[in-house]
Amino acid sequence: MGHAPEGSNYINVQKGLWSWLTTLDHKRIGILYFVTVMFFFLVGGIAALLLRGELFAANTTANVGQILANGDIYNQVLTYHGAIMVFMVIVPGIPAILGNFFLPLQIGAKDVAFPKLNLASWYCLMLGAALAIATMFTTRVDTGWTFYTPYSIRTGTAVSMMVVAAFIMGMSSILTGLNFIVTVHKLRAPGMTMYRMPLFVWSLYSTAIIQVLATPVLGITLLLLVMERAFGVGIFDPKLGGDPVLFQHFFWFYSHPAVYIMILPAMGIISELITTFSKKTIFGYTAIAYSSLGIAAVSFFVWGHHMFVSGQSEVAGIVFSFLTMLVGVPTAIKMFNWISTLYKGSVEFRTPMLYALGFLFLFAIGGVTGIMLAVTAVDVHFHDTYFVVAHFHYVMVGGTLMAIMGGFFYWFPKMFGKMYNESTARLSWVFIFIGFNVTFFPQFILGAMGMPRRYFDYIPAYEPLNRISTVGSWLIGIGFLFGLYTIINGLISGQKAPKNPWGSKTLEWEADSPPSVHNFDHEPVVTAGPYEYK
Amino acid sequence: MSTSRIIDGVPVQEHYRDVDHQFVSAKEGIWLFMVTEILMFGGLFVGYAIYHMKYPEMFAEGARFLDWRLGFVNTLVLIFSSFTMALGIYFCQMNQMKKAVWALAVTVLCGAIFMVIKYFEYTHKFHMGIFPGNMLNLPFLNEHLASIGEKPVVSSNLGLYFGFYFCMSGLHGIHVLLGMGLITWCLFRCARGDFKPNYYTAVEGVGIFWHIVDLIWIFLFPLLYLVG
Repeated sequence: MGHAPEGSNYINVQKGLWSWLTTLDHKRIGILYFVTVMFFFLVGGIAALLLRGELFAANTTANVGQILANGDIYNQVLTYHGAIMVFMVIVPGIPAILGNFFLPLQIGAKDVAFPKLNLASWYCLMLGAALAIATMFTTRVDTGWTFYTPYSIRTGTAVSMMVVAAFIMGMSSILTGLNFIVTVHKLRAPGMTMYRMPLFVWSLYSTAIIQVLATPVLGITLLLLVMERAFGVGIFDPKLGGDPVLFQHFFWFYSHPAVYIMILPAMGIISELITTFSKKTIFGYTAIAYSSLGIAAVSFFVWGHHMFVSGQSEVAGIVFSFLTMLVGVPTAIKMFNWISTLYKGSVEFRTPMLYALGFLFLFAIGGVTGIMLAVTAVDVHFHDTYFVVAHFHYVMVGGTLMAIMGGFFYWFPKMFGKMYNESTARLSWVFIFIGFNVTFFPQFILGAMGMPRRYFDYIPAYEPLNRISTVGSWLIGIGFLFGLYTIINGLISGQKAPKNPWGSKTLEWEADSPPSVHNFDHEPVVTAGPYEYK
Repeated sequence: MSTSRIIDGVPVQEHYRDVDHQFVSAKEGIWLFMVTEILMFGGLFVGYAIYHMKYPEMFAEGARFLDWRLGFVNTLVLIFSSFTMALGIYFCQMNQMKKAVWALAVTVLCGAIFMVIKYFEYTHKFHMGIFPGNMLNLPFLNEHLASIGEKPVVSSNLGLYFGFYFCMSGLHGIHVLLGMGLITWCLFRCARGDFKPNYYTAVEGVGIFWHIVDLIWIFLFPLLYLVG
């Protein structure tokens, strides 16, 4: 390809669906991920609304407020909500959408290291997702997203197909991570030293390390589960001296680091937002960068905190409890650095910043309740109650999803060359933020009262708080509808975006909005750090 | 956007500075992929270690049904194939493409010999009623052992050993087949004249993969065959 004509950008350079499905441009692949992940989010979100709707009223036998026909269907909807949101939304969410689009731009590269692999990873996700969604039309799956043995071996539902789907989606995650590591190592622009990289890049880099190191273990675990179902190999089967708890160990050896696959890139986005909208150099750049790596490192040694009541040894429980609390250290380093960045900055409450502040508030609650759950004595009481549900939703939704929304509005002008409507965007934040707290805060109390998670029904004493929670879920739904409206409205009739609407200092804002096919007119030469605000 | 231009007679994707930049990046990608391979097998090795600690006598008894001579021959075959694979890369670097094609062909042949021996090992076990896990037919196996005058099986959970045996050697076998396919692809590209002394990325990458597959076998052989 020669020099693109004036006014051409990555969107209008080629036309037609086929040009999108065969594109090797990291920006277009990011958009492909965006469209598909949003669709999965819709499906997973509808499942969540169905679950909350069902829980609106106790005593479903009296047919009051009964939305789902029976407990079996409830279990299936619950499984799809979890599996879709984890494997198809939050894990690929930030790295594959915003990471794909902005990692090369932020380090001044023309593309990721392996563009074909990048497209292949999208097709892996599509294949896995197609298989996963196809199970809905078979016997469906009712194991929850964790596929715990021995139930997952015995149940007659389509576990094998779903597990193969998760394996393929894991492959997609590995390929993305691998691509990002090599990109960061090899494709930085002249002058872009590791310590001049934006913190979003640092967080993606740490995430990529986890993706590459942890996901293969999930791969073999899921393969063994399929083998167990197909041939009864016995490794997780007590009849032959195998151990179902080994499955939990293997599963969480991936799935706990995976929690940080979900949250680390979100933290990276927050670093960008806070510094940009405070117009102030980030406080403690190196500390934030290394705390990402620190979280990634510690994440591999805490899996046992999911298994305090599984019968693992007490010593193991104590060690895992201690190590889990250790995660709080690098996380708190980030929190305090963000707050110090805000201090005496000229804070501007644009929508992305509102989401970032929402993140700080919600993630603090999610994080601190995480420390509570790390205490074995407390966990024995709270295990498998709504307290845990509330905790990880505060981290995953209050943390990651808030960051996705914030990051998305922040980079919207760059991605599409148009401005979104600030007031409807703010309205979406108001509904999501309030709705989120209304939905999940009562669940802490419900959990403390002893309401178990994953149950179809509950005793009448839990009803008032459940009602509040369900109403909250509607508010969140409305908030996302406003968000969707803002996006569509911005795409259709948004004003033309300037190169750098927020006055950011990172490299991607030096590219055109939307960027040209080659990202930059000339290879950028970097002479300063990413956040040198005057 | 990934378009290529020709530098030193080699197509170099636009986001790379030169031939070498592209080569070392590709190689790092391959090595990272190898890390994932090792971690995937790592799950099986950890499982093996745990159960071996719990049931050492069961593992010892299981190894009794494996012919260490066949395993040993296979080990030699794979080590030799690693040597010919390395030769293939060497000949590419030296611009002796005909010899490189031969070296790769011998490598594929070694892979095939390995798989044929593995096939005979597997079918022999199936004939004796040895299958993974719950499918192991213990009465049938004991009958067979009695007929050839050997002592019956003691471990009631022998199937677990063969669960590991078939999962580990099976997953390894799939990798050997994949490797054979990839080497054949390199062979055809080499014969077609795709490679040059400054451009043989595919051979190098597949070579690294093949060495790792060999290496995994070198661990599997003692763990499965010699553990008794």
